[in-house]
Amino acid sequence: MSSASVPTVEQDTEHDRAPAGPAASGKTRRGKGQILINAVLLALCLFWLIPVIGLLISSFRPRDEVLNTGWWTVFANPLEFTQQVTIENYVEVFEAGMGAAFINSFVIAVPSTVIPILAAAFAAYAFSWMRFPGREVLFIIVIMLLVVPLQVAFVPLLRMFVGMGIQGTFLSIWLAHSTFGMPLAVYLLRNYIGSLPREVIESAKVDGASHFQVFWKLVLPLSVPALAAFVIFQFLWTWNDFLVATIFLRPRPLTVELVQLVSQFGAEWHLLMAGAFVTMAVPLIVFFSMQRFFVRGMTAGSVKG
Amino acid sequence: MQPLLMGLAAIVAGVGGIVVLYWVLNTAVEQLPAKWEDRLKPYVFIGPPLALLGVFLLWPAVRTIYLSFFDARAAEFVGLDNYVRMFTTPRYLESLGNSLIWILIVPSLSVVLGLFVAVLADRLKPTTEKIVKSIIFMPMAIALVAAGTTFLFIYAWSPPGTGQFGLLNAIWTGLGGEPQRWLAIDTARTNTILLTLVLVWLQAGFAMVLLSAAIKNVPEDTLEAARVDGATEPQIFFRVVVPQIATTIVVLLTTITIFVLKTFDVVWVTTGGRFGTDFLPVTFFRELVVVRDQGMAATVIVVILIATIPIMVYNVKQYRRQEAMA
Repeated sequence: MSSASVPTVEQDTEHDRAPAGPAASGKTRRGKGQILINAVLLALCLFWLIPVIGLLISSFRPRDEVLNTGWWTVFANPLEFTQQVTIENYVEVFEAGMGAAFINSFVIAVPSTVIPILAAAFAAYAFSWMRFPGREVLFIIVIMLLVVPLQVAFVPLLRMFVGMGIQGTFLSIWLAHSTFGMPLAVYLLRNYIGSLPREVIESAKVDGASHFQVFWKLVLPLSVPALAAFVIFQFLWTWNDFLVATIFLRPRPLTVELVQLVSQFGAEWHLLMAGAFVTMAVPLIVFFSMQRFFVRGMTAGSVKG
Repeated sequence: MQPLLMGLAAIVAGVGGIVVLYWVLNTAVEQLPAKWEDRLKPYVFIGPPLALLGVFLLWPAVRTIYLSFFDARAAEFVGLDNYVRMFTTPRYLESLGNSLIWILIVPSLSVVLGLFVAVLADRLKPTTEKIVKSIIFMPMAIALVAAGTTFLFIYAWSPPGTGQFGLLNAIWTGLGGEPQRWLAIDTARTNTILLTLVLVWLQAGFAMVLLSAAIKNVPEDTLEAARVDGATEPQIFFRVVVPQIATTIVVLLTTITIFVLKTFDVVWVTTGGRFGTDFLPVTFFRELVVVRDQGMAATVIVVILIATIPIMVYNVKQYRRQEAMA
């Protein structure tokens, strides 16, 4: 960060610019500064988009084209490109296993997201609104587990799952993901549930409601934004996970299938690009449709913590 | 279709099971005398999640530390052998060194870029600001292996004289260079640095979102006061804004560091740790899955765990301070 990021303002114009207000005075200088800002941000956005654009274009080009010319050349001959567009790459990767993997990804991600959330919400409620010995210590353990790399459980967990006879099954990965997602779930939800107004909880208690009723009828409905944020987090995390799936699951989800494609067809870029995009499609849809909740959940969880 | 049915059954059984479990436990506790009910109920609420954490995370973690003193098949006690091997064998030392590069580059660069965008985008019209932020934030949603594959294509090489379809080599040859196998160049850690950029691409948006929220929380009157005192904009930024968002910056640096220390996907899908790009999480995966040396795998992850302890302590302190204020 140098001063370049902040348009320099001469000292004699102290009231030159409110930080967010485009209506500030000092138009000419502001105008020039604004153009510079726009240019820098445009460049940065292009930089950020290029990898995905290149991937998307390449995934629709025939093999020979992908391997002979750069994807950016299509902008020189857009007409030619429209004639060449093919979905053959997608058909091929779907038949090579991505179709089945797509279903497996759902079967991993949905239960792994839904199962832990209710338990986490109960715990978050107890940590926020119930007094009991050990509360402090147990919550500190949750905070500590928040940063523990999940790999630390792998070696014994593998043996444990083998011992239980569930190694390689979906059940084992649901258990693993539910556990690994739990510290963040409890932490995020406690931040939210703990910030609900005390009067609301207490007046319900005065009216004779039990903790169970308060939780079920009052706290849970009020916590929908936080629950939604966690659902998005955990869904993206479990869908995008490669590590846990490759170690604990025999059927292959998209991420594992993609790595398989890369090692199998290292130079068949048209297939790899299609495969990579299939892997990204659902998270991108989730991301763009739910971005608001996602951002809210993140800022609630981390700005405070 | 079978896995789909299983998944459905899992959702029903999982959710239903938890509802039933809580209902049964709760009803049981409510039958007790009021005094006991009050005492036990909190443990009913926190019981199931803490049981999961205890059985599938905490206990295995303790076992892992124990196993790091055993041989490859977890059969024979070897004392500190694995640790000695870790800190004397060139292969592992290289992995440690590269980890340092990852920790130095990714968190700081992500935060700087995130701050840069957060500050600049703040000056745009609201709709434009939203679009810019969405674009920078978008890679967060992408699987690491997919991001790795995407950049593998950007760094791709084809023989001189043929069309360079990898973007970096196209630019490089356009400038008059010979096409390079970028990910095989370990001079000055070029390949590792190129790979860290993939993670920066993913994490800068995360930093931007949190920093943007923090900056918008900076009270306007503190800025106004500084302006009245004749401070220049850079002065205001570094002396008024930055101190007020310092906590967020620290949170980001620590969170991203933790993320880096467990993220092996990008390297695994691009180089597999060859050409001198190995680093700790990759080493762990290789020891566990390829070499099948359980003792060494445990040792590598314990070293990572030790590296996270300062952050753990900081987080706990931070939490204590907040509780004291609340």
